[in-house]
Amino acid sequence: MNLAQLSNAELARRLGRAGVRLRTGPFVFSIRSPLSEIHDGLRILHADTPLAADDEFVDYHIAINAGRHVRRWLRPQACFEVDGVEPFKPLPRAQALAMLEWGMNWCITAYGHHQLVIHAAAVAKGDHAAILPAPPGSGKSTLCAALINRGWRLLSDELTLISLETGEIQPLARPVNLKNASIQIMRDFAPEAIFGPVIEDTSKGTVGLMRPPTASVMSAALPAKPTWIVLPKYTAGAAPQLTPMSQGEAFLSLADNAMNYHILGQDGFHAIGRLIDASPSYRFEYSRLDDAIAAFDELANAA
Amino acid sequence: MPLESHSSLVDCLSDPAKTRGQSAREWDLLIRHARHANLLARLHDRMASVDGLASVPEAPRRHLIAAHNLARRQHQAVRHETDELRRALQPEGIDVILLKGAAYVVAELPSAAGRVFSDIDILVPKPQLAQAESALMRHGWMGAELSNYDQRYYRRWMHELPPMQHMFRGSALDVHHTILPPTARYHPDPASLVSESVPVPGWPGVRVLAPTDMILHSATHLFHEGEADNALRDLSDMDLLLRHFSEGANNDFWHRLAARAREQHLTHPLWLALRYTQHIFATPVPADIAQSLASAAPGTLRIRLLDTMYSRVLRPQHPGCNDALSAPARLALYIRGHWLRMPPHLLALHLARKAITPEDKPTTDEADETERAA
Repeated sequence: MNLAQLSNAELARRLGRAGVRLRTGPFVFSIRSPLSEIHDGLRILHADTPLAADDEFVDYHIAINAGRHVRRWLRPQACFEVDGVEPFKPLPRAQALAMLEWGMNWCITAYGHHQLVIHAAAVAKGDHAAILPAPPGSGKSTLCAALINRGWRLLSDELTLISLETGEIQPLARPVNLKNASIQIMRDFAPEAIFGPVIEDTSKGTVGLMRPPTASVMSAALPAKPTWIVLPKYTAGAAPQLTPMSQGEAFLSLADNAMNYHILGQDGFHAIGRLIDASPSYRFEYSRLDDAIAAFDELANAA
Repeated sequence: MPLESHSSLVDCLSDPAKTRGQSAREWDLLIRHARHANLLARLHDRMASVDGLASVPEAPRRHLIAAHNLARRQHQAVRHETDELRRALQPEGIDVILLKGAAYVVAELPSAAGRVFSDIDILVPKPQLAQAESALMRHGWMGAELSNYDQRYYRRWMHELPPMQHMFRGSALDVHHTILPPTARYHPDPASLVSESVPVPGWPGVRVLAPTDMILHSATHLFHEGEADNALRDLSDMDLLLRHFSEGANNDFWHRLAARAREQHLTHPLWLALRYTQHIFATPVPADIAQSLASAAPGTLRIRLLDTMYSRVLRPQHPGCNDALSAPARLALYIRGHWLRMPPHLLALHLARKAITPEDKPTTDEADETERAA
């Protein structure tokens, strides 16, 4: 059963009481919220997301609540809560949906030290995955969004989860977080893609969340094999260029972007070592998304 | 007495086999309770010691392993910090006397199992305090930015310096010169804590409190503390330590503990500690010891009040474990903690001050940054 199969009344009932239980890859999130922004946003963005049964283990019990006291009438707010704890300050209520996605990411980075968590996008063809670690502003999410609208499977657009036992990537297949100009670029590039409401004036600028492809969500339980590491860089007017990177450089680019490398110590070192041993690494400069997709398809065909 | 914990956490810590055949929902609650009590990594260690987590279903197992990995990293960091502290203090002729969690980890005591921290606590004899503070500052530990009020509060009324933080590593350090504030009801002798402290094998220049003092300090800390968050964790520490120190035949640990408590005027916190470790963790306290402390026991009515309060404080501080009296119990604890630490006129002023200056939280962005830098 997936979220789209719930009636509006049933979704509202679950959001109000026991929580609606989303299964995203390896995790079950239980979400409660009285806010219509969350109700409507989940309907759009998580329509295909499977629901966990009521008697299953829940990894993170979260809630997006309205602000308290007088303030909720004067300046409406959204507060993120995980199992009774509010780890950060409230945001304006209009940003509730973005706060939900950020809060879910926060749970994984704050508590998920059983795995290596890399700040990177990951996409796959078959079970061969490309990891795209890159600092904000490098065009990582835009490229990821483009690829998944042209036949690549979305594993994750923000947090790539590497199992310490198997070295495989555990997909999340959650909505893709696009910012500012990327939102319109992607609407033009993939008119069939479905977007949640555009959220203005966040600390990251304007944010648009894109629904993950149905096929990616349906196969979110299937891990993928790391096969390539690609550091994308958008440069206006540049011809597409894939340049091999040394293993040392690749190691550092992953370690720098790993959220819990310092916590995992030796295990983290071995996990990254294993990644770069298995996956040739490249820098990739591009300006046109179609060029980028052709270059990625070529990598996949050669594998 | 009403000490049922409303949580399977204590049962499972005492006997990990109790988790066999638990439903997914029971695991769900157990993991959440353990996380709220800061005992998730200890639960991991207890479960792992029995069957290497083989009987734990995959989903809760991931949470146990994650907590274990975080604790393991903290232990490594604590050993590193201890080494750095030694480097700063040894040239001054000052030993590093570790307290609480850091002491358990570096001295490899059973209460190190899955112990997590937010800071390192050390004890420095008062005459050497100024010298130690300036040596620490030369080695990169800076006083946290405090309001003038808090700065004065620490310097004048507290048993520790304002918290320090290392400028590069970000590690937090509390420098104590005794184990209770000078304004407190009881006055244990800090000089004898230092003279009775014991060296840590393999760590020249590093010492921990003697076993009896370690228990008394933990008890004093727990039952003078105004915060409930780590109360159950601290009680579990004491249970593990008491069992460890009293091991073996012809061991007169219990008698030395009671004698030391009388000498240091700390029979009241010891009485409380033994009452609740026995009730909650079934710590095997000999009957004659419990009897010898009977004079430290409060009257029946006060015992009933203390039980009402501590039975709620010594639970995982999780919303699911709360009942109607939990919030009043936490407030009572906060007031009691301060009541024992300072005379009424100071207490009234201090609480009034704290009531009007609430704490601050990070924004989502700052929280991201902290997570990465942690």
